[in-house]
Amino acid sequence: MADSVQFLISGLTIGSIYAIVALGFVTIYSVTKVINLAQGEFVMLGGMIMFSLLKLGIPYLIAFLTTIAIVIMIGWLLERTIVRKAKGADALSLIILTIGAAIFIRGIASMVWGKGSVKVDSFASNEPVYVMGATITPQSIWVMVFMLAIVAGLFLLIEKTMLGKAFRACSVNPVAARLMAVSPKKMSSFSFALSAGLGALAGLVIAPIIFPAYDMGVMLGIKGFSATILGGLGSAPGAVLGGLLLGVIESLGAGFISSGMKDAIAFGFVLMLLLIRPYGLLGEKNVGKGGL
Amino acid sequence: MNQPLLEIKGVSFSYGPIQALDDLHLHVDHGEIVALLGANGAGKTTLLKNIAGLLQSDSGQVLYRNRNIERMEAEKIVQNKLILVPEHRQVFGTMSVLDNLSLGAYHHYKKTGKKEVAREIDKVFALFPILEERKEQLAGTLSGGQQQMLAIARAIMAKPDLLLLDEPSLGLAPLIVKEVLNYVKQLRDELGVTILLIEQNVSAALKIADRGYVMSHGSIVKEGRADDLLHNPEVKEVFLGHTVG
Repeated sequence: MADSVQFLISGLTIGSIYAIVALGFVTIYSVTKVINLAQGEFVMLGGMIMFSLLKLGIPYLIAFLTTIAIVIMIGWLLERTIVRKAKGADALSLIILTIGAAIFIRGIASMVWGKGSVKVDSFASNEPVYVMGATITPQSIWVMVFMLAIVAGLFLLIEKTMLGKAFRACSVNPVAARLMAVSPKKMSSFSFALSAGLGALAGLVIAPIIFPAYDMGVMLGIKGFSATILGGLGSAPGAVLGGLLLGVIESLGAGFISSGMKDAIAFGFVLMLLLIRPYGLLGEKNVGKGGL
Repeated sequence: MNQPLLEIKGVSFSYGPIQALDDLHLHVDHGEIVALLGANGAGKTTLLKNIAGLLQSDSGQVLYRNRNIERMEAEKIVQNKLILVPEHRQVFGTMSVLDNLSLGAYHHYKKTGKKEVAREIDKVFALFPILEERKEQLAGTLSGGQQQMLAIARAIMAKPDLLLLDEPSLGLAPLIVKEVLNYVKQLRDELGVTILLIEQNVSAALKIADRGYVMSHGSIVKEGRADDLLHNPEVKEVFLGHTVG
Protein backbone atom coordinates (compact mmCIF):
# COMPACT_ATOMS: atom_id res chain seq x y z
CA MET A 1 0.00 0.00 0.00
CA ALA A 2 2.76 2.41 1.05
CA ASP A 3 4.63 1.59 -2.16
CA SER A 4 1.57 2.32 -4.27
CA VAL A 5 1.06 5.69 -2.59
CA GLN A 6 4.76 6.47 -3.00
CA PHE A 7 4.66 5.66 -6.73
CA LEU A 8 1.46 7.62 -7.17
CA ILE A 9 2.94 10.71 -5.52
CA SER A 10 6.15 10.43 -7.57
CA GLY A 11 3.99 10.06 -10.68
CA LEU A 12 1.89 13.10 -9.85
CA THR A 13 5.05 15.12 -9.20
CA ILE A 14 6.72 14.36 -12.54
CA GLY A 15 3.29 14.37 -14.21
CA SER A 16 2.77 17.95 -13.01
CA ILE A 17 5.95 18.93 -14.84
CA TYR A 18 4.79 17.15 -17.99
CA ALA A 19 1.47 18.96 -17.65
CA ILE A 20 3.16 22.38 -17.44
CA VAL A 21 5.34 21.58 -20.46
CA ALA A 22 2.25 20.32 -22.31
CA LEU A 23 0.41 23.57 -21.49
CA GLY A 24 3.32 25.39 -23.11
CA PHE A 25 2.85 23.35 -26.29
CA VAL A 26 -0.91 24.08 -26.30
CA THR A 27 -0.41 27.80 -25.66
CA ILE A 28 1.75 28.21 -28.76
CA TYR A 29 -0.18 25.77 -30.91
CA SER A 30 -3.52 27.46 -30.21
CA VAL A 31 -2.53 30.77 -31.74
CA THR A 32 0.24 29.95 -34.22
CA LYS A 33 -0.49 26.30 -35.11
CA VAL A 34 3.25 25.76 -34.55
CA ILE A 35 4.41 22.73 -32.55
CA ASN A 36 7.38 24.19 -30.72
CA LEU A 37 9.83 21.36 -30.12
CA ALA A 38 12.14 23.76 -28.28
CA GLN A 39 9.66 23.74 -25.37
CA GLY A 40 11.83 21.37 -23.32
CA GLU A 41 14.77 23.78 -23.69
CA PHE A 42 12.78 26.48 -21.86
CA VAL A 43 12.52 24.07 -18.91
CA MET A 44 16.25 23.38 -19.05
CA LEU A 45 17.04 27.10 -19.21
CA GLY A 46 14.82 27.68 -16.17
CA GLY A 47 16.90 25.29 -14.08
CA MET A 48 20.32 26.24 -15.43
CA ILE A 49 19.89 30.03 -15.30
CA MET A 50 18.61 29.73 -11.74
CA PHE A 51 21.73 27.73 -10.86
CA SER A 52 24.01 30.46 -12.29
CA LEU A 53 22.16 33.32 -10.61
CA LEU A 54 22.24 31.58 -7.22
CA LYS A 55 25.95 30.90 -7.72
CA LEU A 56 26.44 34.65 -8.21
CA GLY A 57 24.97 35.13 -4.75
CA ILE A 58 21.71 36.68 -5.88
CA PRO A 59 18.89 36.18 -3.32
CA TYR A 60 16.58 33.23 -4.11
CA LEU A 61 13.41 35.19 -4.88
CA ILE A 62 15.18 37.73 -7.10
CA ALA A 63 17.03 34.93 -8.92
CA PHE A 64 13.71 33.12 -9.36
CA LEU A 65 11.96 36.14 -10.92
CA THR A 66 15.00 37.10 -13.01
CA THR A 67 15.20 33.56 -14.41
CA ILE A 68 11.56 33.73 -15.52
CA ALA A 69 12.12 37.16 -17.12
CA ILE A 70 15.22 35.95 -19.01
CA VAL A 71 13.52 32.81 -20.34
CA ILE A 72 10.45 34.83 -21.36
CA MET A 73 12.77 37.12 -23.30
CA ILE A 74 14.39 34.09 -25.01
CA GLY A 75 10.94 32.74 -25.95
CA TRP A 76 9.94 36.12 -27.36
CA LEU A 77 13.19 36.33 -29.34
CA LEU A 78 12.65 32.81 -30.72
CA GLU A 79 9.30 33.93 -32.13
CA ARG A 80 10.61 37.21 -33.51
CA THR A 81 13.78 35.84 -35.07
CA ILE A 82 12.77 32.42 -36.37
CA VAL A 83 9.05 31.72 -36.40
CA ARG A 84 7.91 35.12 -37.67
CA LYS A 85 10.57 35.22 -40.37
CA ALA A 86 9.25 31.91 -41.66
CA LYS A 87 5.72 33.31 -42.04
CA GLY A 88 3.75 31.25 -44.53
CA ALA A 89 6.00 28.19 -44.20
CA ASP A 90 4.21 24.86 -43.87
CA ALA A 91 3.80 23.11 -40.51
CA LEU A 92 6.61 20.61 -41.12
CA SER A 93 9.13 23.37 -41.95
CA LEU A 94 8.17 25.23 -38.78
CA ILE A 95 8.60 22.09 -36.67
CA ILE A 96 12.05 21.55 -38.19
CA LEU A 97 12.91 25.18 -37.43
CA THR A 98 11.98 24.72 -33.77
CA ILE A 99 14.08 21.51 -33.65
CA GLY A 100 16.97 23.58 -35.02
CA ALA A 101 16.36 26.21 -32.36
CA ALA A 102 16.34 23.51 -29.67
CA ILE A 103 19.68 22.10 -30.89
CA PHE A 104 21.13 25.63 -30.97
CA ILE A 105 19.96 26.43 -27.42
CA ARG A 106 21.26 23.08 -26.16
CA GLY A 107 24.63 23.71 -27.83
CA ILE A 108 24.96 27.10 -26.19
CA ALA A 109 23.92 25.59 -22.85
CA SER A 110 26.60 22.89 -23.07
CA MET A 111 29.22 25.58 -23.73
CA VAL A 112 28.05 27.77 -20.83
CA TRP A 113 27.31 25.11 -18.19
CA GLY A 114 29.29 22.11 -19.44
CA LYS A 115 28.02 18.55 -19.83
CA GLY A 116 27.60 17.71 -16.14
CA SER A 117 24.61 18.08 -13.85
CA VAL A 118 24.25 20.98 -11.45
CA LYS A 119 22.52 21.29 -8.10
CA VAL A 120 19.89 23.89 -7.31
CA ASP A 121 18.71 24.47 -3.73
CA SER A 122 15.15 23.66 -2.71
CA PHE A 123 12.61 26.44 -2.15
CA ALA A 124 12.47 25.74 1.57
CA SER A 125 13.20 22.92 4.01
CA ASN A 126 14.14 19.43 2.83
CA GLU A 127 12.37 17.80 5.77
CA PRO A 128 10.08 15.13 4.24
CA VAL A 129 6.43 14.68 5.11
CA TYR A 130 4.98 11.19 5.67
CA VAL A 131 1.54 10.32 4.27
CA MET A 132 0.09 6.78 4.50
CA GLY A 133 3.57 5.35 4.77
CA ALA A 134 4.87 7.27 1.76
CA THR A 135 7.57 9.93 1.92
CA ILE A 136 6.90 13.25 0.25
CA THR A 137 9.60 15.89 -0.11
CA PRO A 138 8.43 19.47 0.31
CA GLN A 139 9.70 20.23 -3.20
CA SER A 140 7.30 17.61 -4.62
CA ILE A 141 4.47 19.44 -2.91
CA TRP A 142 5.75 22.71 -4.42
CA VAL A 143 5.72 21.12 -7.88
CA MET A 144 2.06 20.14 -7.53
CA VAL A 145 1.11 23.49 -5.98
CA PHE A 146 2.81 25.31 -8.88
CA MET A 147 1.01 23.17 -11.41
CA LEU A 148 -2.36 23.95 -9.81
CA ALA A 149 -1.49 27.66 -9.57
CA ILE A 150 -0.45 27.72 -13.23
CA VAL A 151 -3.69 26.03 -14.30
CA ALA A 152 -5.75 28.49 -12.24
CA GLY A 153 -3.73 31.47 -13.49
CA LEU A 154 -4.02 30.40 -17.12
CA PHE A 155 -7.76 29.85 -16.72
CA LEU A 156 -8.23 33.35 -15.29
CA LEU A 157 -6.01 34.91 -17.95
CA ILE A 158 -7.68 33.18 -20.88
CA GLU A 159 -11.29 33.24 -19.72
CA LYS A 160 -11.60 36.43 -17.71
CA THR A 161 -9.32 39.05 -19.24
CA MET A 162 -9.62 40.99 -22.50
CA LEU A 163 -6.10 39.83 -23.39
CA GLY A 164 -7.24 36.23 -22.98
CA LYS A 165 -10.30 36.85 -25.13
CA ALA A 166 -8.09 38.38 -27.83
CA PHE A 167 -5.81 35.36 -27.54
CA ARG A 168 -8.74 32.98 -28.04
CA ALA A 169 -10.10 35.09 -30.90
CA CYS A 170 -6.78 34.72 -32.74
CA SER A 171 -6.91 31.00 -32.13
CA VAL A 172 -10.45 30.73 -33.57
CA ASN A 173 -10.25 33.16 -36.49
CA PRO A 174 -7.15 35.35 -36.95
CA VAL A 175 -8.64 37.37 -39.83
CA ALA A 176 -11.78 38.26 -37.89
CA ALA A 177 -9.54 39.05 -34.91
CA ARG A 178 -7.61 41.59 -37.02
CA LEU A 179 -10.93 43.26 -37.81
CA MET A 180 -11.34 43.79 -34.04
CA ALA A 181 -7.86 45.42 -33.88
CA VAL A 182 -6.33 42.28 -32.34
CA SER A 183 -2.91 41.69 -33.87
CA PRO A 184 -2.19 37.98 -34.52
CA LYS A 185 1.53 38.88 -34.71
CA LYS A 186 1.49 40.31 -31.18
CA MET A 187 -0.53 37.33 -29.95
CA SER A 188 2.01 35.01 -31.53
CA SER A 189 4.83 36.78 -29.65
CA PHE A 190 2.73 36.68 -26.49
CA SER A 191 2.11 32.94 -26.87
CA PHE A 192 5.85 32.23 -27.17
CA ALA A 193 6.66 34.49 -24.21
CA LEU A 194 3.92 32.92 -22.08
CA SER A 195 4.96 29.44 -23.07
CA ALA A 196 8.61 30.19 -22.27
CA GLY A 197 7.49 31.55 -18.88
CA LEU A 198 5.63 28.30 -18.20
CA GLY A 199 8.69 26.30 -19.23
CA ALA A 200 10.89 28.39 -16.94
CA LEU A 201 8.53 27.82 -14.02
CA ALA A 202 8.59 24.07 -14.66
CA GLY A 203 12.40 24.15 -14.77
CA LEU A 204 12.65 26.21 -11.59
CA VAL A 205 10.36 24.04 -9.57
CA ILE A 206 11.79 20.69 -10.75
CA ALA A 207 15.47 21.72 -10.62
CA PRO A 208 15.98 20.93 -6.90
CA ILE A 209 14.65 17.39 -7.48
CA ILE A 210 16.35 16.27 -10.70
CA PHE A 211 19.82 17.88 -10.86
CA PRO A 212 19.43 19.77 -14.18
CA ALA A 213 21.83 19.38 -17.10
CA TYR A 214 22.14 20.99 -20.53
CA ASP A 215 20.29 18.09 -22.23
CA MET A 216 17.42 17.60 -19.77
CA GLY A 217 15.06 19.41 -22.15
CA VAL A 218 15.14 16.63 -24.73
CA MET A 219 13.25 14.01 -22.74
CA LEU A 220 11.05 16.56 -20.95
CA GLY A 221 10.10 18.02 -24.33
CA ILE A 222 9.24 14.60 -25.75
CA LYS A 223 7.24 13.67 -22.64
CA GLY A 224 5.47 17.03 -22.62
CA PHE A 225 4.62 16.64 -26.29
CA SER A 226 3.38 13.09 -25.66
CA ALA A 227 1.18 14.45 -22.87
CA THR A 228 -0.17 17.08 -25.28
CA ILE A 229 -1.04 14.43 -27.86
CA LEU A 230 -2.42 12.11 -25.21
CA GLY A 231 -4.73 14.85 -23.90
CA GLY A 232 -5.67 16.03 -27.41
CA LEU A 233 -3.61 18.56 -29.35
CA GLY A 234 -5.00 22.02 -28.68
CA SER A 235 -6.86 21.17 -25.47
CA ALA A 236 -5.54 22.79 -22.25
CA PRO A 237 -7.52 20.53 -19.87
CA GLY A 238 -6.35 17.61 -22.03
CA ALA A 239 -2.72 18.72 -21.60
CA VAL A 240 -3.06 18.66 -17.80
CA LEU A 241 -4.85 15.32 -17.81
CA GLY A 242 -2.36 13.86 -20.30
CA GLY A 243 0.62 15.08 -18.27
CA LEU A 244 -0.62 13.67 -14.98
CA LEU A 245 -1.66 10.36 -16.55
CA LEU A 246 1.68 9.96 -18.30
CA GLY A 247 3.57 10.72 -15.07
CA VAL A 248 1.54 8.25 -13.03
CA ILE A 249 1.79 5.43 -15.66
CA GLU A 250 5.54 6.01 -15.89
CA SER A 251 5.99 5.93 -12.13
CA LEU A 252 3.80 2.87 -11.58
CA GLY A 253 5.60 1.12 -14.46
CA ALA A 254 8.98 1.96 -12.97
CA GLY A 255 7.89 0.85 -9.50
CA PHE A 256 6.03 -2.35 -10.26
CA ILE A 257 7.71 -3.57 -13.45
CA SER A 258 11.16 -2.11 -14.06
CA SER A 259 12.68 1.34 -13.74
CA GLY A 260 14.65 0.68 -16.93
CA MET A 261 11.37 0.15 -18.78
CA LYS A 262 9.61 3.28 -17.52
CA ASP A 263 9.90 5.25 -20.79
CA ALA A 264 8.87 2.24 -22.88
CA ILE A 265 5.84 1.72 -20.65
CA ALA A 266 4.83 5.41 -20.81
CA PHE A 267 5.22 5.70 -24.59
CA GLY A 268 3.63 2.29 -25.12
CA PHE A 269 0.59 3.50 -23.20
CA VAL A 270 0.40 6.67 -25.34
CA LEU A 271 0.61 4.59 -28.53
CA MET A 272 -2.11 2.18 -27.37
CA LEU A 273 -4.43 4.99 -26.42
CA LEU A 274 -3.89 6.82 -29.69
CA LEU A 275 -4.75 3.67 -31.61
CA ILE A 276 -8.12 3.66 -29.87
CA ARG A 277 -8.61 7.44 -29.79
CA PRO A 278 -6.36 9.11 -32.41
CA TYR A 279 -7.42 12.64 -31.41
CA GLY A 280 -6.51 12.12 -27.74
CA LEU A 281 -8.53 12.05 -24.55
CA LEU A 282 -10.14 15.49 -24.77
CA GLY A 283 -9.17 16.52 -28.30
CA GLU A 284 -11.56 17.35 -31.09
CA LYS A 285 -11.70 15.18 -34.16
CA ASN A 286 -10.61 18.17 -36.23
CA VAL A 287 -7.37 19.02 -34.41
CA GLY A 288 -6.71 21.92 -36.79
CA LYS A 289 -9.28 23.95 -34.88
CA GLY A 290 -7.07 24.40 -31.83
CA GLY A 291 -8.33 26.64 -29.02
CA LEU A 292 -7.44 26.89 -25.35
CA MET B 1 -17.17 71.97 -49.99
CA ASN B 2 -17.24 69.06 -47.49
CA GLN B 3 -14.69 66.30 -48.02
CA PRO B 4 -16.17 62.81 -48.39
CA LEU B 5 -15.58 60.47 -45.44
CA LEU B 6 -14.18 57.85 -47.81
CA GLU B 7 -12.79 58.35 -51.28
CA ILE B 8 -11.37 55.63 -53.52
CA LYS B 9 -9.12 57.04 -56.22
CA GLY B 10 -8.00 54.85 -59.10
CA VAL B 11 -7.54 51.65 -57.11
CA SER B 12 -6.38 48.59 -59.07
CA PHE B 13 -5.70 45.11 -57.74
CA SER B 14 -5.06 41.76 -59.37
CA TYR B 15 -4.96 38.17 -58.16
CA GLY B 16 -2.11 37.02 -60.42
CA PRO B 17 -3.37 37.39 -64.00
CA ILE B 18 -6.96 38.17 -62.90
CA GLN B 19 -7.72 41.89 -62.64
CA ALA B 20 -10.11 42.16 -59.64
CA LEU B 21 -10.17 45.98 -59.35
CA ASP B 22 -9.46 48.19 -62.34
CA ASP B 23 -8.90 51.93 -61.80
CA LEU B 24 -11.88 52.13 -59.47
CA HIS B 25 -13.27 55.43 -58.20
CA LEU B 26 -16.03 56.02 -55.64
CA HIS B 27 -16.82 58.10 -52.60
CA VAL B 28 -18.99 57.91 -49.48
CA ASP B 29 -20.14 61.08 -47.74
CA HIS B 30 -20.71 61.50 -44.00
CA GLY B 31 -24.02 59.98 -42.84
CA GLU B 32 -24.79 58.18 -46.09
CA ILE B 33 -25.81 54.61 -46.79
CA VAL B 34 -24.18 53.66 -50.09
CA ALA B 35 -24.99 50.35 -51.79
CA LEU B 36 -22.35 48.62 -53.87
CA LEU B 37 -23.99 46.30 -56.38
CA GLY B 38 -22.68 43.84 -58.88
CA ALA B 39 -22.66 40.23 -59.95
CA ASN B 40 -20.50 37.61 -58.20
CA GLY B 41 -16.87 38.17 -59.10
CA ALA B 42 -17.33 41.89 -59.87
CA GLY B 43 -14.72 42.74 -57.21
CA LYS B 44 -16.98 44.06 -54.42
CA THR B 45 -15.55 41.96 -51.59
CA THR B 46 -12.00 42.59 -52.82
CA LEU B 47 -12.67 46.32 -52.62
CA LEU B 48 -13.98 46.12 -49.03
CA LYS B 49 -10.99 43.99 -48.01
CA ASN B 50 -8.72 46.57 -49.60
CA ILE B 51 -10.39 49.45 -47.74
CA ALA B 52 -10.21 47.51 -44.44
CA GLY B 53 -6.49 46.81 -44.86
CA LEU B 54 -6.72 43.05 -45.44
CA LEU B 55 -5.45 43.44 -49.04
CA GLN B 56 -3.06 46.02 -50.42
CA SER B 57 -3.85 47.33 -53.88
CA ASP B 58 -1.36 47.49 -56.76
CA SER B 59 -2.03 51.20 -57.29
CA GLY B 60 -4.39 54.00 -56.30
CA GLN B 61 -5.41 55.67 -53.05
CA VAL B 62 -7.90 54.95 -50.28
CA LEU B 63 -8.58 58.29 -48.60
CA TYR B 64 -10.37 58.08 -45.26
CA ARG B 65 -11.00 61.44 -43.60
CA ASN B 66 -8.74 62.80 -46.35
CA ARG B 67 -5.82 60.61 -45.24
CA ASN B 68 -4.38 57.84 -47.40
CA ILE B 69 -4.81 54.56 -45.48
CA GLU B 70 -3.77 52.33 -48.38
CA ARG B 71 -0.64 50.98 -46.62
CA MET B 72 -2.10 51.00 -43.12
CA GLU B 73 -2.46 47.66 -41.29
CA ALA B 74 -5.99 46.35 -40.67
CA GLU B 75 -5.59 46.67 -36.89
CA LYS B 76 -4.68 50.37 -37.19
CA ILE B 77 -7.59 51.03 -39.54
CA VAL B 78 -9.97 49.65 -36.90
CA GLN B 79 -8.49 52.08 -34.39
CA ASN B 80 -9.53 54.84 -36.81
CA LYS B 81 -13.13 53.63 -36.49
CA LEU B 82 -13.42 52.12 -39.93
CA ILE B 83 -14.89 48.67 -39.35
CA LEU B 84 -15.56 45.80 -41.75
CA VAL B 85 -18.26 43.21 -41.05
CA PRO B 86 -16.91 40.48 -43.32
CA GLU B 87 -18.69 38.04 -45.57
CA HIS B 88 -20.13 34.96 -43.77
CA ARG B 89 -20.28 36.95 -40.43
CA GLN B 90 -17.10 35.32 -39.05
CA VAL B 91 -18.18 35.47 -35.43
CA PHE B 92 -15.93 33.65 -32.96
CA GLY B 93 -17.99 30.46 -32.87
CA THR B 94 -16.44 28.84 -29.79
CA MET B 95 -16.80 32.00 -27.70
CA SER B 96 -19.95 33.33 -26.02
CA VAL B 97 -22.06 36.17 -27.44
CA LEU B 98 -20.86 38.36 -24.57
CA ASP B 99 -17.17 37.61 -25.28
CA ASN B 100 -17.71 38.35 -28.98
CA LEU B 101 -19.23 41.72 -28.09
CA SER B 102 -16.46 42.54 -25.60
CA LEU B 103 -13.88 41.92 -28.32
CA GLY B 104 -15.54 44.59 -30.43
CA ALA B 105 -14.34 47.07 -27.80
CA TYR B 106 -10.78 45.70 -27.86
CA HIS B 107 -9.19 48.78 -29.42
CA HIS B 108 -10.67 51.25 -26.94
CA TYR B 109 -11.34 49.33 -23.71
CA LYS B 110 -8.11 50.53 -22.07
CA LYS B 111 -9.17 54.15 -22.60
CA THR B 112 -12.87 53.77 -21.88
CA GLY B 113 -12.65 51.22 -19.05
CA LYS B 114 -14.62 48.09 -18.19
CA LYS B 115 -17.69 49.95 -16.93
CA GLU B 116 -18.03 51.89 -20.17
CA VAL B 117 -17.69 48.67 -22.17
CA ALA B 118 -20.48 47.14 -20.07
CA ARG B 119 -22.65 50.23 -20.77
CA GLU B 120 -21.91 49.92 -24.50
CA ILE B 121 -22.97 46.27 -24.39
CA ASP B 122 -26.25 47.29 -22.72
CA LYS B 123 -26.85 49.83 -25.51
CA VAL B 124 -26.21 47.13 -28.12
CA PHE B 125 -28.62 44.80 -26.30
CA ALA B 126 -31.28 47.53 -26.48
CA LEU B 127 -30.80 47.54 -30.25
CA PHE B 128 -30.65 43.73 -30.58
CA PRO B 129 -32.72 42.29 -27.69
CA ILE B 130 -32.33 38.71 -28.97
CA LEU B 131 -28.59 38.91 -28.26
CA GLU B 132 -29.24 39.71 -24.60
CA GLU B 133 -31.39 36.58 -24.33
CA ARG B 134 -28.55 34.56 -25.83
CA LYS B 135 -25.61 36.34 -24.21
CA GLU B 136 -24.11 33.25 -22.54
CA GLN B 137 -24.64 31.05 -25.60
CA LEU B 138 -21.72 30.10 -27.88
CA ALA B 139 -21.85 32.27 -31.00
CA GLY B 140 -21.48 29.25 -33.26
CA THR B 141 -24.78 27.83 -31.99
CA LEU B 142 -26.83 30.92 -32.98
CA SER B 143 -29.00 30.90 -36.10
CA GLY B 144 -27.68 32.57 -39.26
CA GLY B 145 -29.75 35.72 -38.68
CA GLN B 146 -28.66 35.98 -35.05
CA GLN B 147 -25.02 35.50 -36.05
CA GLN B 148 -25.40 38.34 -38.53
CA MET B 149 -26.89 40.56 -35.83
CA LEU B 150 -24.00 39.60 -33.55
CA ALA B 151 -21.46 40.43 -36.26
CA ILE B 152 -23.04 43.88 -36.73
CA ALA B 153 -23.41 44.39 -32.96
CA ARG B 154 -19.74 43.44 -32.45
CA ALA B 155 -18.78 46.03 -35.06
CA ILE B 156 -20.90 48.67 -33.28
CA MET B 157 -18.95 47.96 -30.08
CA ALA B 158 -15.90 49.26 -31.97
CA LYS B 159 -17.71 52.65 -32.24
CA PRO B 160 -17.47 52.93 -36.03
CA ASP B 161 -17.70 56.13 -38.00
CA LEU B 162 -17.74 54.10 -41.22
CA LEU B 163 -19.13 50.57 -41.36
CA LEU B 164 -18.42 48.29 -44.32
CA LEU B 165 -21.00 45.52 -44.58
CA ASP B 166 -20.26 42.59 -46.87
CA GLU B 167 -23.48 40.83 -47.85
CA PRO B 168 -25.28 40.87 -44.50
CA SER B 169 -28.24 38.99 -45.98
CA LEU B 170 -26.21 36.09 -47.36
CA GLY B 171 -27.92 32.78 -46.60
CA LEU B 172 -30.79 34.35 -44.61
CA ALA B 173 -34.55 33.81 -45.06
CA PRO B 174 -36.34 36.77 -46.79
CA LEU B 175 -38.10 37.86 -43.58
CA ILE B 176 -34.81 37.92 -41.68
CA VAL B 177 -33.14 39.85 -44.52
CA LYS B 178 -35.70 42.61 -44.11
CA GLU B 179 -35.11 42.65 -40.35
CA VAL B 180 -31.31 42.81 -40.71
CA LEU B 181 -31.47 45.60 -43.28
CA ASN B 182 -33.87 47.54 -41.05
CA TYR B 183 -31.23 47.33 -38.32
CA VAL B 184 -28.66 48.65 -40.81
CA LYS B 185 -30.86 51.68 -41.52
CA GLN B 186 -31.41 52.16 -37.80
CA LEU B 187 -27.62 52.33 -37.28
CA ARG B 188 -27.39 55.29 -39.63
CA ASP B 189 -30.59 57.00 -38.44
CA GLU B 190 -30.05 56.57 -34.69
CA LEU B 191 -26.27 56.31 -34.27
CA GLY B 192 -25.17 58.38 -37.27
CA VAL B 193 -22.93 55.63 -38.64
CA THR B 194 -21.97 55.99 -42.31
CA ILE B 195 -22.41 52.72 -44.21
CA LEU B 196 -20.99 51.18 -47.37
CA LEU B 197 -23.04 48.08 -48.09
CA ILE B 198 -22.55 45.18 -50.47
CA GLU B 199 -25.77 43.31 -51.00
CA GLN B 200 -27.00 40.64 -53.41
CA ASN B 201 -30.58 41.55 -52.56
CA VAL B 202 -30.42 44.65 -54.77
CA SER B 203 -33.99 45.75 -54.34
CA ALA B 204 -33.83 45.61 -50.52
CA ALA B 205 -30.43 47.33 -50.46
CA LEU B 206 -31.51 50.20 -52.71
CA LYS B 207 -34.62 50.73 -50.59
CA ILE B 208 -32.50 51.66 -47.53
CA ALA B 209 -29.58 53.30 -49.42
CA ASP B 210 -29.15 56.96 -50.40
CA ARG B 211 -26.89 56.25 -53.36
CA GLY B 212 -25.57 53.25 -55.21
CA TYR B 213 -22.73 52.10 -57.44
CA VAL B 214 -22.88 49.22 -59.89
CA MET B 215 -19.64 47.30 -60.35
CA SER B 216 -18.62 45.05 -63.20
CA HIS B 217 -15.22 43.47 -63.86
CA GLY B 218 -13.54 45.57 -61.18
CA SER B 219 -14.84 48.98 -62.31
CA ILE B 220 -17.81 51.20 -61.56
CA VAL B 221 -20.15 51.07 -64.57
CA LYS B 222 -23.08 53.00 -63.16
CA GLU B 223 -23.78 55.26 -60.21
CA GLY B 224 -26.64 57.38 -58.98
CA ARG B 225 -29.29 58.00 -56.38
CA ALA B 226 -30.77 54.79 -54.98
CA ASP B 227 -34.27 55.65 -56.24
CA ASP B 228 -32.98 56.26 -59.75
CA LEU B 229 -31.02 53.00 -59.79
CA LEU B 230 -34.02 51.09 -58.47
CA HIS B 231 -36.04 52.30 -61.47
CA ASN B 232 -33.21 52.19 -64.00
CA PRO B 233 -34.16 49.78 -66.81
CA GLU B 234 -30.63 48.40 -67.13
CA VAL B 235 -30.29 47.75 -63.39
CA LYS B 236 -33.76 46.21 -63.36
CA GLU B 237 -32.84 44.00 -66.29
CA VAL B 238 -29.56 42.78 -64.87
CA PHE B 239 -30.32 42.52 -61.14
CA LEU B 240 -34.03 42.64 -60.56
CA GLY B 241 -35.74 41.14 -63.61
CA HIS B 242 -38.80 43.08 -64.73
CA THR B 243 -40.98 42.39 -61.75
CA VAL B 244 -40.03 45.32 -59.54
CA GLY B 245 -41.56 48.60 -60.59
